[in-house]
Amino acid sequence: MLLEVDELCVNYGRIEAIRNISFTVREGEVVTLIGANGAGKTTTMKTVSGLRPVRQGTVRFQGEDITSMPAHERPVLGIAQSPEGRGCFVGMTVIENLDMGAYARPDRKSPRINEDRDRVFGLFPRLAERRSQVAGTMSGGEQQMLAIGRALMANPKLLLLDEPSMGLAPKLIQQIFDIITEINEQGTTVLLVEQNAAQALKRAHRAYILETGEIVREGTGDELANDPAVKASYLGGDV
Amino acid sequence: MDLLLTHFWELTITGLAIGAVYSLVALGYTLVYGVLRLINFAHSEVFMWGSFAAVWVLMAAGAGKASGLGLAGYLILGLVAAMAVSAIVALLLEFVAYRPLRKRNSPPLIALISAIGASFTLSELMGLRDKPLKWFNASGLQDYLGRPRENLPFPLQVETKRLFYVFNYHVSNIDVIVLVSAIVMMVILDQFIKRSRLGRGIRAVAQDPEAAALMGVNRDRVIRLTFLIGGLMAGAAAMMYLLKIGVTRYNAGFILGVKAFTAAVLGGIGNLRGALLGGFILGVAENYGSALFGSNWKDVVAFVLLVVILLFRPTGLLGESLGKARA
Ligand SMILES: Nc1ncnc2c1ncn2[C@@H]1O[C@H](COP(=O)(O)OP(=O)(O)OP(=O)(O)O)[C@@H](O)[C@H]1O
Ligand SMILES: [Mg+2]
Repeated sequence: MLLEVDELCVNYGRIEAIRNISFTVREGEVVTLIGANGAGKTTTMKTVSGLRPVRQGTVRFQGEDITSMPAHERPVLGIAQSPEGRGCFVGMTVIENLDMGAYARPDRKSPRINEDRDRVFGLFPRLAERRSQVAGTMSGGEQQMLAIGRALMANPKLLLLDEPSMGLAPKLIQQIFDIITEINEQGTTVLLVEQNAAQALKRAHRAYILETGEIVREGTGDELANDPAVKASYLGGDV
Repeated sequence: MDLLLTHFWELTITGLAIGAVYSLVALGYTLVYGVLRLINFAHSEVFMWGSFAAVWVLMAAGAGKASGLGLAGYLILGLVAAMAVSAIVALLLEFVAYRPLRKRNSPPLIALISAIGASFTLSELMGLRDKPLKWFNASGLQDYLGRPRENLPFPLQVETKRLFYVFNYHVSNIDVIVLVSAIVMMVILDQFIKRSRLGRGIRAVAQDPEAAALMGVNRDRVIRLTFLIGGLMAGAAAMMYLLKIGVTRYNAGFILGVKAFTAAVLGGIGNLRGALLGGFILGVAENYGSALFGSNWKDVVAFVLLVVILLFRPTGLLGESLGKARA
């Protein structure tokens, strides 16, 4: 088991954003969290990456209890997140942003970094064209690609993607999902949060459905994609 | 007007030299602001403590009139002492006055009060430095301490040499020493922030603390590093200040700190190069102002300049919008 979340509760002050959720991610999987706005998806992601303190419950990574480990120590274990709303370093160039992705890597001085950067440029040719541009002056979609590329630069075991398709043109959305499948096939485990539930379920091995801070359904991607209730609530009726 | 025209180059070059001191102190304000969004009001006292360290070390070394190799030795000794003590004071300040508040997530206003309190404390500790003497009966130190509320003279006397002309101004060795060493330090720091891994960490925290944590940047370490760098630069500035001004005192940090802070705001707070530019502009403008309106107006000129520039560029000369100020 790569990631085990057990009876997790997370609060914002008095507001209970997450109540008693438990889920797992196995090595090599793509797992997706589906839910309406405000269901607690981003909060879950931030808790796994360490940005939100836990009120109750545990988070285990490769069997190790990381519940109270500070966020900045988790990339070393192999956890990388592309945050919701991108979070690019606006004053840094594309190259500098990508290098920040490799900040915590023990092999950051080795030539592997250049190979990984070339891999990111291969996945997102647009980033290669703009390599010296300051991130703050790039379009929203370009910054989204940069945020994903930056997370890949960490060469993570577990990649957390919070709405990677947000703000992208339809053709690019397709491409992003293809890229997710591709990096998963290359061996990276992915935990994915998406508004685009149809695509996410199609690509995911397993999925969890969050409603107001609680997990209400789980199953394989196919199961949930064909479930009438899920269809009605999250897929707009047709797949 | 005549005064300004006839002494234009002298005013410019001496203004740049004192501006270099402002710039180096301004760096400390701007770096800490960048990562903490906090005006570290006690930074002026970090500078002041460095100046005392340089005076005392040079007294102990028996510095007096010096030239050539001996002078170089004294300069380096004073510089190292000032930088070391300022850095230590800056780190202690962070540890005692800011970190406990940060750990408790206290609102920014509380940290500001803590900063003002720390500033008074550090200044008064120096202003009351004769008191412990009475407890310990250690009157042998009297010469070192001087009179706590008066000026303490810088023992090193650099024989002024005129080196070369810039138009009609005969540039002195002190101007050259101050300007060259300040610029060398600024270039090193600028490259460190731009190119080194830790420098990138500082910029990352300044631009987006959460994303920086996701990259594995330890924010506490970055904060300590900015206090360390700010302290080192303030110490260097203190040594240069002593060379130019020749005395220090327990409240020497006050006016200088206000000016350096002004320089940081002028250049766009949070922006490293802005702080450097702001310091130089302020030093030169002050000199021009005092030539035009009389030296009593010197300090007023600095602030009028600040207000005018902020009217037209509210974020300072090189500043972004405050929310995403670049370090
Ligand atoms: N900083 C915060 N302070 C207070 N409440 C918050 C904060 N962030 C999120 N919440 C609340 O926590 C709940 C879960 O929010 P979260 O961002 O996890 O939702 P989400 O599922 O990611 O939604 P979306 O699809 O809109 O991104 C919401 O009710 C939200 O209002
Ligand atoms: Mg969200």
